[in-house]
Amino acid sequence: MRNILAFIVRFHFLLLFIVLEVVALAMLVNSTYFQQSAVLNTGNRITGKFYTSASNITGYLKLRRTNELLSIENAILRQGSDMSFLKSDSNTFWKNDTLYRQQYQYIVARVIHNSVGKRNNYIMLDKGKRFGVEKDMAVITPNGVAGTVVSVSENFAWVMSVLNKHTRISARIRKNDQMGTVVWNGVNPSVGTLNDIPAHVKLSRGDTIVTSGFSNIFPAGLMMGTINDFRVEQGEHFYIIPFTFSVDFNSLDYVYIVRNLMKDEQEELKKTTEAQANE
Amino acid sequence: MNRLVFQNIFRFILLVLLQVVLLNRINFYGYLNPFVYILFILLLPFETPGWLLLLISFVTGLTIDIFSGTPGLHTAATLLAGFTRPTVIKLVGERDEYNASMYPSLQNMGLKWFMTYTFILVFLHHTVLNFLDVFSFAEFFRTLLRIIISTIFTVLFIIMIEYIFVSRKEKR
Repeated sequence: MRNILAFIVRFHFLLLFIVLEVVALAMLVNSTYFQQSAVLNTGNRITGKFYTSASNITGYLKLRRTNELLSIENAILRQGSDMSFLKSDSNTFWKNDTLYRQQYQYIVARVIHNSVGKRNNYIMLDKGKRFGVEKDMAVITPNGVAGTVVSVSENFAWVMSVLNKHTRISARIRKNDQMGTVVWNGVNPSVGTLNDIPAHVKLSRGDTIVTSGFSNIFPAGLMMGTINDFRVEQGEHFYIIPFTFSVDFNSLDYVYIVRNLMKDEQEELKKTTEAQANE
Repeated sequence: MNRLVFQNIFRFILLVLLQVVLLNRINFYGYLNPFVYILFILLLPFETPGWLLLLISFVTGLTIDIFSGTPGLHTAATLLAGFTRPTVIKLVGERDEYNASMYPSLQNMGLKWFMTYTFILVFLHHTVLNFLDVFSFAEFFRTLLRIIISTIFTVLFIIMIEYIFVSRKEKR
């Protein structure tokens, strides 16, 4: 017993270091995918307030650009409304509710913290559980996809930016519907990579990449970017396609959080089918 | 003694604020992330007991982690810097000159000593930090480049901050 005590006293520096380092690494490993640790959720409240006041100041500097984006979007929405259509015959237009059921709802939020320079970037939004934000909701901007919600507190939400090692978004090329996966290789915050497109497909620069909508998270057809370049590595059967993001991640301000109203139903169906298959 | 504690708490708050408000927002093509808060660990008094050094490193790292949303990342890296600090001080040398209240600043130790000391610890800290962040060796050279550039800028920043403090003290 005395020997053990003597050992502990003698090597207390090393032992304490090991213990603390193990605690730190455990925190790191457990939080890599979903930043849910208790530390962060309490931290969320403090940092959230802090970043809100910081962003209240910087928000003014971006007003012009934000207004511009909003008015562009307004114009697009106005184009789609009944008012912009000339009645081509005497019949009245009906919104047929049985044909179109609403699947997505949008919650407006502001970015209060954001980074683009790290390997794994996260965004903090000023809307949380109180506004119905939940984990795994999509975050989009008028220009395209921004990220996925990974944890929420009462008033704030942490979003895994597309600029993250763990990003895998199911996407397709709009002109030929070929499906692939969008990842980010950590170099340039304006360039992403589309993988898993078979090498026989014909591509050209400037082709548009949109979300496939297969993930239950992102609505289908959201803009992701345009193809920069494409190549096939020797011995591979799939393209590597660097593309320019349609979103400028460095100037994110107002975003929409997307709630998929049918997500539960979709996942329920998937689960029961898989359960049946396993039986 | 109390003055020393107060001075260090003040320095801690100042450096954490500088890191979180200003430096965390700096990024230059993804290669430049200076982490100047490590200066707090560098400037702790020589006679800080080992266990206290480790606990302080842990808390410092955790504070930065909470503000940057990266639990464990800065904690692990800063802890390692705290752990190796005594060894690095021994390595760089000139043991006999310092007394209990003295801390390894630019002013106390001279430019050459301080720069070697800072460079070794900052490089170590940044190496651990970046590799843990990427969590694989797949992008080895890109990560290495990131480490080197960030290290250089952090060291420059630290020397700059130290010079500002030195000149201010001389004027008094």
